[in-house]
Amino acid sequence: MPIDWIWGLIGGLLIGTGGAVYLLINGRIMGASGIIGALVDGSAGDSKWERLSFLAGVILLPILLLPLYGGAVDTHITDNIPVLVAAGLLVGLGTRLANGCTSGHGVCGMSRLSLRGFVATCCYILAGGVGVVIFRHLLGVI
Amino acid sequence: MGNSSPARLFFALVAGGFFGAGLFISGMTDTAKVQGWLDVFGAWDPTLAFVMGGAMIPMALAWLFARGRTRAALGTPLPPQPGTQIDRKLVIGSVLFGIGWGLAGLCPGPSIASLSYGGTGLYVFVAAMLTGMVVAPALRRRLDKPVAAE
Repeated sequence: MPIDWIWGLIGGLLIGTGGAVYLLINGRIMGASGIIGALVDGSAGDSKWERLSFLAGVILLPILLLPLYGGAVDTHITDNIPVLVAAGLLVGLGTRLANGCTSGHGVCGMSRLSLRGFVATCCYILAGGVGVVIFRHLLGVI
Repeated sequence: MGNSSPARLFFALVAGGFFGAGLFISGMTDTAKVQGWLDVFGAWDPTLAFVMGGAMIPMALAWLFARGRTRAALGTPLPPQPGTQIDRKLVIGSVLFGIGWGLAGLCPGPSIASLSYGGTGLYVFVAAMLTGMVVAPALRRRLDKPVAAE
């Protein structure tokens, strides 16, 4: 629906603004997997509180916006526990191996014409597309 | 103080707020929209392309502004030029990530943004994701070894 695309564009501009603030003021690349991952694998060092502040903002704003959307949003998340576990493990492992995800390699990497950003983005979009074909259309698990 | 100065924490919160608000407003915490974008053989949903394109506009301007500067506003050195090495970790990791992304329709940012309303299934996903992130360094070291040595 075109209205969804407009909200997508507006939301995208906000995401990019967050990345610009994080880069130009804090001097950091806004990559969600890196910000989270370093907190759990112990490599965050003294940037721990900066990362936690960032994540607090990520959680807080949707809470503040939720009342404008009637207090609930259906995320259509699957209730298939094995699928959720497998997906979570793959996302956590994959993004930390590749050192970035949709925000770090996609938004921040491609916007500075980073070769690694383009390669990573092509790989995860292709794998995701093939994955959906296999798991949805061939196997019917999602 | 250093990395935990009040200013750093405040602007990290602001940046995270923009990120979270953007993910929420754009519909990227809706797993059906993400899977709809990946599902080129189904009812294809182009929203994600608008989100990605929209996000890259301010970010590209920020990188242009950063060019020729060495430090961010709070004094931290700006990130160095991106590496150009395309190694196994980048390709294998991104492929694994993509499969998981397609399976659940979630990537790390939206999984955190929807923590307050994603329900039990989301907690399961996030717990598994954090586990994957904990074990990643061990696998990363294995992949760092030269191919010939294996």
